[in-house]
Formats: sequence, structure tokens, C-alpha cells
Amino acid sequence: MPNNPAARLSPEQLEKNFEDINPPLTPAQALEEGSRCLFCHDAPCIKACPTEIDVPQFIRQILTGNRRGSARTILGANILGQSCARVCPTSVLCEGACVLNAQGRKPVEIGKLQRYAVDPVIASGIQLFKAGAANGYRVALIGGGPASLSCAAELRKRGYETVIFDANPRAGGLDTYGIAAYKMRAQDVEKEVAMVRGLGVEIRNETLVGRDISIAQLEQDFDAIFLGIGLGATDDLQIPGEELRGCRDALSFIEETKSKTLGEVQVAKRIAVIGGGNTAIDVVTAARRLGAQEVYMVYRRGPEEMSAFDYEYELAKKDMVVFWWQALPVRVIDDGHGRVAALECVRTERGAKDARGRNSFVPVPGSEFQLEVDMVIKALGQKRKTDFLRQIAALELKNGCVVVDAGTMRTSHPKYFAGGDCVNGGGEVVDSVAHGKKAAAGIHKALEATAGKRAHAGSKH
Amino acid sequence: MPDLSIDFCGVRSPNPFWLASGPPTNTAYQIMRAFDAGWGGAVWKTIGEPIINTASRYGSIDLKNERMMGLNNIELISDRPIDVNLREIAEVKKRFPKNTVVASLMVESKRETWHDIVRRTEDAGADLLELNFGCPHGMSERGMGAAVGQVPEYATMITGWVKEVARTPVIVKLTPNVTDIAHMAAAARAGGADAVSLVNTFNSLVSVDLDTYAPRPSVGGLGSHGGYCGPAVKPIALHMVSAVAKHPKVKIPISGIGGIGNWRDAVEFILLGSTSVQVCTAAMHYGFRIVRDMIEGLENYLEDKGMSSVMELVGKSVPRIEDWGNLDLNYKIIAKIDAGKCIGCNLCYIACEDGAHQCIRVEERPRGDLRHGVDLKHVPHVLEDECVGCNLCALVCPVPDCITMVQVDTGRPHMSWKQLQEARGKSSQCSAEELLAGSTKPHH
Repeated sequence: MPNNPAARLSPEQLEKNFEDINPPLTPAQALEEGSRCLFCHDAPCIKACPTEIDVPQFIRQILTGNRRGSARTILGANILGQSCARVCPTSVLCEGACVLNAQGRKPVEIGKLQRYAVDPVIASGIQLFKAGAANGYRVALIGGGPASLSCAAELRKRGYETVIFDANPRAGGLDTYGIAAYKMRAQDVEKEVAMVRGLGVEIRNETLVGRDISIAQLEQDFDAIFLGIGLGATDDLQIPGEELRGCRDALSFIEETKSKTLGEVQVAKRIAVIGGGNTAIDVVTAARRLGAQEVYMVYRRGPEEMSAFDYEYELAKKDMVVFWWQALPVRVIDDGHGRVAALECVRTERGAKDARGRNSFVPVPGSEFQLEVDMVIKALGQKRKTDFLRQIAALELKNGCVVVDAGTMRTSHPKYFAGGDCVNGGGEVVDSVAHGKKAAAGIHKALEATAGKRAHAGSKH
Repeated sequence: MPDLSIDFCGVRSPNPFWLASGPPTNTAYQIMRAFDAGWGGAVWKTIGEPIINTASRYGSIDLKNERMMGLNNIELISDRPIDVNLREIAEVKKRFPKNTVVASLMVESKRETWHDIVRRTEDAGADLLELNFGCPHGMSERGMGAAVGQVPEYATMITGWVKEVARTPVIVKLTPNVTDIAHMAAAARAGGADAVSLVNTFNSLVSVDLDTYAPRPSVGGLGSHGGYCGPAVKPIALHMVSAVAKHPKVKIPISGIGGIGNWRDAVEFILLGSTSVQVCTAAMHYGFRIVRDMIEGLENYLEDKGMSSVMELVGKSVPRIEDWGNLDLNYKIIAKIDAGKCIGCNLCYIACEDGAHQCIRVEERPRGDLRHGVDLKHVPHVLEDECVGCNLCALVCPVPDCITMVQVDTGRPHMSWKQLQEARGKSSQCSAEELLAGSTKPHH
């Protein structure tokens, strides 16, 4: 329990605060919006989608009343099309590429149309895809997030036996645990996972590789292994006071809002959130919606350097979050009882451009100030899971990320393929799905396409 | 302010906008509302022995989210007693003496019956009579409507009967469900018609319910062909009006009908020879208030064109309708794409590639998104030497004025197909290409 806990809101109020920020389209809205699509040839929206969903085609299918076909077009390219419809940063992907932008018109709301097509099909539990005839190969997938789900689904279509080893009680990875509740609820992801299971993908939850089953065992039992392990815990601030009660990390906070009922999540009256990415926005908005009275977003650079998308920033502004730009935390102050009393920061100035072209920041001596808060939430980058990865022989890493062949997603260890955040250091759900798809093709190329089907295809190990 | 009033067979109407005979002109109540709204005239819903209608009566087609691009009906003529309709005509004329009231008539094909209805209608004060020889459904099964309008001899005969007693001008309303509507117009003229109105509705079956297998509109699970109208039929109606306007044996005023919904549509019909225009579907869709913009739009148009009367427009485009054989084969245009305006949808490319003449090229679009600063706009280009000037790319282009068709001077003389045939006769040894180039001697 933090100092000064915020009053808990009523369940009705919480429901209202966390209601879907992008409510589904009605049939009339879908028809109107879909009618705006020009049905471009070699459409840029397809090319801007990492999973290359045939957007004009699925919109046309909505318009002709072929919603199941539309869902098939989407999910055939992206098995997590339901999640992506909700969480994709469409303004920099498909919708950002829509040709209507060039005419000064509003782009077609592709994300919303995708949701319109997919939601009822997923909800109905119709199995749109069939597993291929068993080819005798077995693939283990480590991690239960979008990359593994996508890879496993693609492999099943080709007849591979697939087993996902997931440390969490529920599959979906950050899709289940890391997306703000007003964008997607954990139960939405469950239906999507059910569809993947329906293809015959085995998912072993609460099974941590290295603890519950050894890497060596997997290497022995499976013909290929896919690493979809994502990233680790939030980076440390490495400042004094970080260990105080009331100082916590963003991912576990979001996870709490997704795995508990909202009424069970306790926030303080005043909270400082450190970071400038989309996760930081998720935290500040969630904190406000849970009842925190004052929420500060503390970022060492300015708004231009923030990695959060513009529409995310807008969300935070609407939730009346207070932004402290050019402010670098230097210590968390103890209230004398081991709990957070304040966050001390120092002002920064812009320095020279760094290698990525961003302005660096330079602390201004003597400009320290304190924010009286009862909770500090760290929304920094995530640590790499290098300890785990180093257990795999000859696995090449770069900056803690797994190095892969971009075409096949094969790692330096020929048995291992990888995708998702453990490869790109943290991307969108749709990037992970694309990696998974590509890896499945890479695995197929390495196994059946090269060696042919196994004689004992169909038999159980 | 330009004068919108027209002279139609000697009847003065405040403007050329008339409501066509149909559901909007069923009662005096409706017609008076229409005149209050600004309509110049109205053709009363066809008067005859009252009928009994079915439910439902209408079906329509939509284009994406645009409703009622085409409307189909199986409704018959007036279901109200003749004397009620006539009494109401008298009342409307009393209250709106300047507006044009046209009585649409349809009775059995007996001379006395026609004589009787004509006399009674004229006594009620109708300005004009319109003989409904067009209704394609229901009435035609009873030997009326299109059953008359599809047989030129009948049309001539019945028009003749009417003219025996009529003191007011007689319009014959034509059905488009014939091989040559101009021939039917000539038949009406031969019977003494003072004017023709066209088109009535097209035989149609508007759609079938995919779940019940019943056609629409469905009457207890069964359907019957109906009459089709609305925006979708406008081009066909325009052609028919122009054909009648050009026919040397017609040469009587035309009241144009078919998919007219705004002043622009009306101007097109007038340019092709209509003196008045009739509107039904658009009024059924949006109500009588649409006439306000029709009036104002036409006034502004005439003003912009420096014309003082709408009558100056009538038939202005008729001389520009020619036989295909008289069109210049040496007139050449090619497509030009304005790269600045192009939004990169590639619709021109795929239309030309799959649907036309493979004269547009575009690079395959690279993959990538805005996160990586990839600009996915790709501008197609026209292979100008290959372009046949068909216009398809400009038609599919969603950006106004992005693709324009530019005339290319071929330096060749005017050469129509008919001229080419003549030249072939004179210089049979020349190739078509040589003849088109104006050569009369072969180059071997």
C-alpha cells in the first residue's frame, strides 16, 4: 500500500473510465467508411503493413457482405488480426500510407474496419483455417507472445507439430499483459489464442524453459526451436531510493490492470511516471483512470524526442496528465518509513545530437527540484534476456538482441529461429506477427522443403 | 434574371420543372405542396378506372452507401375514383392558375371511353393531356399502357381518337421497352400528338433476396417485373430523348423524363431537345424541396452562359449527336497524368492494364512504412505512343483534373469511317493507314 492511496472508484466508474477508446463500427458506419476505400492497385496500405494484409480486398469483402471472407483475408495474413486492429499504430502504418492522405482527405479507418470484420468471426469461434497434414516435424516455441503464436499457427497450417512453452498462466505475452485495458482486454486476446489452439497448437502455460524443462531437452525433442521470448524486466533507474516501497515498474503495473479486476489495483493520489514512450503513456492514462489525482510524466528530453506516438500523447493530455519535460530523476526520497515521499529531479538542457539524430540532454547544475509523490513508476526500456540467451550455444547476440537472417529469421545456431521483441529490441505486435510468419517459412524451408516429409509423419513421438 | 418560363405547345409554364406522373402526384394535397415548393407543373398520377395495388410495391438498388441509384415499382395507376381526381384537378387549377396541370390518362382501348375521359378531364381544367402508353407492368397485362405503346398502329389509332375531341394539347408518353423509341414517337405524331414525353420506366426485376429466393419487391414471396427509373436510367433516357429529337418525322416538343434529380441533369435533357423535364424518383427520395436548387442552379447557369431564356437551351446539343460513321478517325487525344496531383492509387494503371490497352506503366511499390520514412506514393506514367485515347484512366482516376486527355495534332485531314469507305472505293490499292493519312496513292 503506497502513502496516500487514492480513493477507489466505483466499479461502474472504472468500467466507464476504461471503456473501449475505439468502439466498434456499426454496420452503417462500416459501409460508409468502407465505401471510401478506392481499391488501389498494389495498395500502399498493404505494403506498409508488416504482415501484408490485403486491405482493399478485405474492405471490399465487408462491402459485399462477405464478412467471414473478410476475416479470412485478414487472419490468413495475420493470425492476431483482432489484436492488431486495436493496438496497431495505424497512423504510421496502413492508414499513414493511405492514398487519401495525399489528397488532403482523411485516410480510410482501416483499423476500425479490420476490427469490424474480425470481431464477430473470432467471437463466433468459427475455425477459419485447417492444420496441414502432419509432416512429422516438431517445433518448440519458447514464449507465448504474438511472435510464437503467429509462427506456431503458420507451422500448423503446414503440418508441423508445435508446442509453445509459456512461463505465464495465460498465453498472449504482452498482448495479454502489456496493452492498456481501454485498448484491449485480456479476454479479447483469449479468443484469439483459442483460435490458435484450435489449429492444434499445444500451449504449455506456466512452463519456464530452463526451470521446468531444459534447453537441452528441447533441442533433443524438437527439430527446430523458435525463440519468441520477448524482453525482460524494466530497466533500472540506477538512482538512490529505487528500492523504496511505492516505486515500481511499468510492465508489472499494466500487467496488474490486465490480470486483476480494475477495482483491485491500488494507486496513490500523486504519481510520477518516468519515461517518454508508449508504455509511459499507458501508465499515466491508466493511473489517472484508476483514480490518481495528480499524475506527472517525467521525461529527460522534450516532447519532440519522445518515442510515444502523437495520438498517445493526445490521450495523455486529455487525461490531464502533467508533463515535466527536460527533467532527469536523480533520487527517490524516503518518507522515513521506507516509502516514497518525493522524486527529486534535475533540469536538463538540450545538448548535441546523438548518433540517432536525437538531441542529447545535459543536466543543469543547481536546478534540482522535488515532486511530492507517493508512487514512482518506471516506464523505461526493457532489459534483454541475455542470461537465458547465453545458455544457447553459439547464439549470436547484438546489443542483447538475437541476430537473425532477415529473410528466414534463422539465428547463428541452425536449429534456432527467432522473432519479436527479442530480435528487434521492442516493436509492435504486428512486427512480431510478421517475424513469426517469416520464421515459419524459414523453418519450413530448412526442414520439409529441403528434406521432405518424414516417413513417420502422423505418428506421435 | 433569366426567364425560366417555357412555352410547351402554347401552354405557358413558370419553369420547366414538372413532377412526373407517379406517387408524388397522387393527390391535390401533394401537388399543391409541390407548387408551393416551386415546381412549375405536375402530371397527375394516371387517371382511369381505379385499381387495387399490392404491398410492397417498390424495390431499389444501392451503390455502396448511396441509396436508391435505381428504383423499381409495381404500383399501378391511380387507385382513386375518376371523379375525385377530376374534382381535385379543378381545385388545384383554381388555387394555382399559373402552374401547369397535366392530366395523365389511361382507359381501355375503346374510342367512346377515351372520348369520355378526355372531355371530362378538360372540363376539370387540365392544361394538357398526357396519354399513358408506357406503363410496363400490370396495366399492360390488361391491354393498356405499354401494350398500346409497343404497337405503333395502336398508338397512332388511340392518339387519333383522343385528338378527335381534345381541345387541349395532347402529349403521348412513350415506353422505352421497344426496339426504336423514335419510331414510336413518329407513330404518335402520325396520330396527331402535339408532343411526346419520354421515357416511361424500363421493364425490370430489381433484385432477388438471397435468403428467401423471392424477387424484390416481394408480395407474399412472389414478385412480378416492374418499371425501373431513377439515376441509373438517365443515360439511356438521354439517348432516347436525343433519338426522338433527331427523328425527322417527329419534330414536336418533348418532355424529358428519366433519372433527373438536379439542375444539371435537367440541363442535359433540355440540351438534347426537351422543353420541359419531369421528375419522380428524386422527389420520392428527397421530397419536393429539391426544386429550389433546380431553379436557382438553372438560373445561375443561364446567367453564366449569357442567356435570357431557358428556351434558348432547348435542343442545343442535338446537332452534336452524330452517327458513329461521321466521327473523325484522325482526331487524336492522349492521357496526361499530373504527377503533382496524383495520389498513387494506381487505378489508372490497372484499368488500362486489365481493361484497356496496356499503355500505362508503374513500378512495383516498395514495402515499408512511415516509421521508416518510406514514401509509398508511386506515380504511373503513360506510354504516349501507345495510348489510344480511350479515356478509361481519366474516368477511374479519383482525383479531379489529375488525368487529362490532351489533343495531339496528327496533321491529318478529317477522315470519318464514311469518308474512309468512299476513299477506299476511289483508291482500292491503298491501305487504311495510307488513306487515313490522306494519301490516295499507295507507297510500296
